[in-house]
Amino acid sequence: MAVKPIRTHRRVPSPPKGEGEGLKTTGGLSSNNFIKAIAAIVWKDLRAEVRSFELVSAMLVFSLLVILIFNFALELDIKTRQSVTTGVLWATFAFAGTLGLNRSMAIEKDRGCLDGLLLAPVDRSAIYFGKAISNLAFMLIVEVIVLPVYSILYNINLFQPGLLMVILLGSVGYSAVGTLLSAMSVQTRTRDILLPILLFPVVIPVLLAAVKASGGFLEGVDIAEILLPINLLIAYDIIFIAVAFMVFENVVEE
Amino acid sequence: MKSKPLTLKILDIVSVVLLAVSAYIAIFVAPTEAVMGDVQRVFYFHVGTAWTALLGFVFTASLSVVYLLTKDLKWDRVQVAAIEVSLVFFLITIVLGSIWARPAWNTWWTWDPRLTTAAITELIYIAYFMLRQGIDDPDRRARFGAVYALLGGISAPITFFAIRLFRTIHPVVIGGSNAQAEGNFSMTADMRTAFFFALFTFTVIFIDLFWNRIRLGDLQDKVEQLKLKVTS
Repeated sequence: MAVKPIRTHRRVPSPPKGEGEGLKTTGGLSSNNFIKAIAAIVWKDLRAEVRSFELVSAMLVFSLLVILIFNFALELDIKTRQSVTTGVLWATFAFAGTLGLNRSMAIEKDRGCLDGLLLAPVDRSAIYFGKAISNLAFMLIVEVIVLPVYSILYNINLFQPGLLMVILLGSVGYSAVGTLLSAMSVQTRTRDILLPILLFPVVIPVLLAAVKASGGFLEGVDIAEILLPINLLIAYDIIFIAVAFMVFENVVEE
Repeated sequence: MKSKPLTLKILDIVSVVLLAVSAYIAIFVAPTEAVMGDVQRVFYFHVGTAWTALLGFVFTASLSVVYLLTKDLKWDRVQVAAIEVSLVFFLITIVLGSIWARPAWNTWWTWDPRLTTAAITELIYIAYFMLRQGIDDPDRRARFGAVYALLGGISAPITFFAIRLFRTIHPVVIGGSNAQAEGNFSMTADMRTAFFFALFTFTVIFIDLFWNRIRLGDLQDKVEQLKLKVTS
């Protein structure tokens, strides 16, 4: 365990170093370096995860437990299943998501990795996008496993392209806001309990639109009717990625 | 220490007098509404507090931008003051609305877009104060507060928009308690007087409380600095 953080830590600043001195002045401007920095952070997170499977396994088991609890709480017989499936799924993703977001930021903070990232001569927003993309990746991995399990347990075919697209859009919005807020909550005294309190009231539009759109796809209603929530999801994603991009600097500043 | 400015003292007294006059007009001058009866009188204060609270929240989001650009703690104190007063006013709005809704809609609460958004907005700004409570460094507290208030200020209107959008497509049938169907009424001249007077009153009260709260924030800041000077 002790070896891993050192190794991952070293990985991050190394790509910019290879680029030489010019990076300091062009760090924010050169899109190539920007993307390289994002890729380095995502790569670091994924590699650290592959070595331990701490985060994904915790999120996964938690998700299955939430579905289990819903099974008893809502008496998921065939009739109720039709109407609540999307609600159960999104509640599961939202709860499991906070678990992952908390952990992914706490690792950075506790082992001093965040300071290392901040010292790297890259644009701060590259750190945000890197963390957001790896958080999104963890969420998607969990979702990809939960969906077939749910399909088998409740005999509903969840593998419809429309539904998968909605889940992707919803997860993008969720992790875009979640990454920003977890970077804040991890620096407070009440960190673990604070994230859901901060995050849930702000992501309600995502959950609302995602539940509507996924429900529409499952019931096979007219596409024109689903278009509104999908447009809303896209708009939310764009707005909040843009806002997070602009304010992230203020969140990690020392 | 500076004593309370004279203008603020006068404003305090004016607020109290206006509140009394506004209550008098709402209760005795405005006519009783034909269908709903006396409970409709709640409406004057309900809209008065809602109007000021919403203006306060919009103002708050713009203060976030101002603080993040200037990094002057003065704007943070102004923002805290605005959010705190707006939060209380909005809570009053919700409580008064519930009191009105019980006889008018036959329920304390429905998941109407406005009601839902109001509840979520309250939760966002309660979360704002919980966030601030967990941070000791004043600069960081101000930065995080400004960022979160900005996110909340963007998200709350989207929530309202989203719920209303879906409602128009899927009309929610709430057992005979449709906001459009029940609760609408046209105002008479006296009612309009009471209505606009209440709006004016609560705007003045808001400004008064807001000013007092900013002053309190400034004094708190001064005490903190004096404490540091004494202990160092």
